[in-house]
Amino acid sequence: MATLQATARRRHRRLVRHTLDLKLSPYAYIAPFFLLFCAFGVFPLIFTAWVSLHEWTLTSDVHTFIGAENFTTLLGDGYFWNATFNTFSIGIISTVPQLVLAIWLAHLLNRPLRAQTFFRITLLVPNVTSVVAVVVIFSQLFGRDYGLINWMLSWFGIDGVAWAEGTATSHVAISAMIMWRWTGYNALIFLAAMQAVPKELYEAATLDGASNLTQLRKITIPMIKPTIVFVVTVSTIGAMQILAEPLLFGAGSGAGGITSGGPDHQFQTLALYVYDLGFNKFDFGYASAASWVMFLFVVLAAGVNYLLTRRMGGAFK
Amino acid sequence: MRRRLSYLTLLAVAFFSIFPLYYSVVVASRHNSALAEVPPPLLPGGNFFANVARVFDTVPFAMALLNSFLVAGSIAVAVMFFSTLAGFAFAKLSFRGKNILLLITVATMMVPAQLGIIPLYMLMVKIEWTGSMYALVVPALVNAFGVFFMTQYLSRALPTELLEAGRVDGATTWRLFWHVVLPTARPAAAVLGMLTFMSAWNDYFWPLVVLTPENPTVQVALSTLASGYVNDYVLGLAGTAVGTLPLILVFILLGKQIIGGIMQGAVKG
Repeated sequence: MATLQATARRRHRRLVRHTLDLKLSPYAYIAPFFLLFCAFGVFPLIFTAWVSLHEWTLTSDVHTFIGAENFTTLLGDGYFWNATFNTFSIGIISTVPQLVLAIWLAHLLNRPLRAQTFFRITLLVPNVTSVVAVVVIFSQLFGRDYGLINWMLSWFGIDGVAWAEGTATSHVAISAMIMWRWTGYNALIFLAAMQAVPKELYEAATLDGASNLTQLRKITIPMIKPTIVFVVTVSTIGAMQILAEPLLFGAGSGAGGITSGGPDHQFQTLALYVYDLGFNKFDFGYASAASWVMFLFVVLAAGVNYLLTRRMGGAFK
Repeated sequence: MRRRLSYLTLLAVAFFSIFPLYYSVVVASRHNSALAEVPPPLLPGGNFFANVARVFDTVPFAMALLNSFLVAGSIAVAVMFFSTLAGFAFAKLSFRGKNILLLITVATMMVPAQLGIIPLYMLMVKIEWTGSMYALVVPALVNAFGVFFMTQYLSRALPTELLEAGRVDGATTWRLFWHVVLPTARPAAAVLGMLTFMSAWNDYFWPLVVLTPENPTVQVALSTLASGYVNDYVLGLAGTAVGTLPLILVFILLGKQIIGGIMQGAVKG
């Protein structure tokens, strides 16, 4: 009798443990990600909002609540609007040609070619090069006196372009670095999507005499539209946060002004402006306000581009 | 004809992809005075090791290499483990709120984390992690990309029957993870590990903010080299060659698998 009870109890306990295991294990397994994201992702973002309402510096322990004052100062800050302009300018110059080129390269790779692996690896090599290395290398290439690019331009009678000094030229130089690093990567993402397009569509189009370019426009692009929307959105978010390139370009080009993005702030992006406020001037309150406005811009730009690419023509569903 | 044009275009792109790296080695192996020559030098010189020695004299580069190796290594191992764990739960276990939690996970990839960098730094000051490698490793132990990547792989590659058979034999969820899921996950986890290692090795902004030049990672040390008062391109590029070329060579050797991983992870909805 006693043993029977003991068995029943043991069986019951095992059942409870089994149920607990089934119910709780999944949550335990995904918990590390969510805990980490809350602590180091969500909390800082929300705390930024709190800090932005204060006069808050590294050196002082007194944090005076000043309401929206940081924001009103910011809207009257010429350097802030300059950085906004630079961010959009560099963002457009670096992203638009990059994505067009990436789609075209993916299109070229999306057919039986020899040495596929070789081409894919070389396309991705720039992406595994660290951003520091990219800027160090390109600062040398874009050097005014001994840079390889100016040497080549001199064949065409263009001499001594001071890339880092002008607004337009510095934006082009920085965009070139971003393009070099990301075109191949995005091409591979597009290629992955293109390989999922049914081959019969192309065969039928070829029979109908559709040219290569028509096939790209009428079949490939509509079919991979979800991926295009995804890449455009991600690239926009990335472009709005460009920081390392102008930071290091200012340091390495000899143009002076490391966190200011050149002596005249000519290539200071929003992210670099925030960095300058936060970690050069240690004005955390003001920097946080700038962060939040920048966040707004990111959401706006990403949203607009998301809607635009989604509405972009496409016969196939 | 059209095919030949494709090859030519792709070869040109390959050239542009590789040439800047090649040229960085050319400059890194020269003396600073050679840079002023017209035409510029296009072949490597014999000064490489002398320049590299100068790199080690200028910044604590040995320590930087060690730091980067330990940081990127531990992040890669942790990401592989925790992502497989969470991916297993999302792919094969049933629990309330699963779909919405997975959606949130994917959506967090879009959050511009850089905007929280100031409070994050303040947090690190508070818990006295500034200047320490903890500040780099702990926030990076697991990430949304890894979780999503492993979820996708496991929902495809892990047979549900295998798990059910294990259940019938009385295995706990943890035993299933250890004996069934982990072995199945190995190929994808390896790719994820390599991707994570590379991005951790190349990470620049957060280490720059939170570390000191005395105890840097490779990227922080390189940026110190590059932002000297005197414009010493040769020094900067010699450091770049030692700090980044080994990783690129490893990538070229293992590239096929890594690219397969990137392209698989890329295919979304």
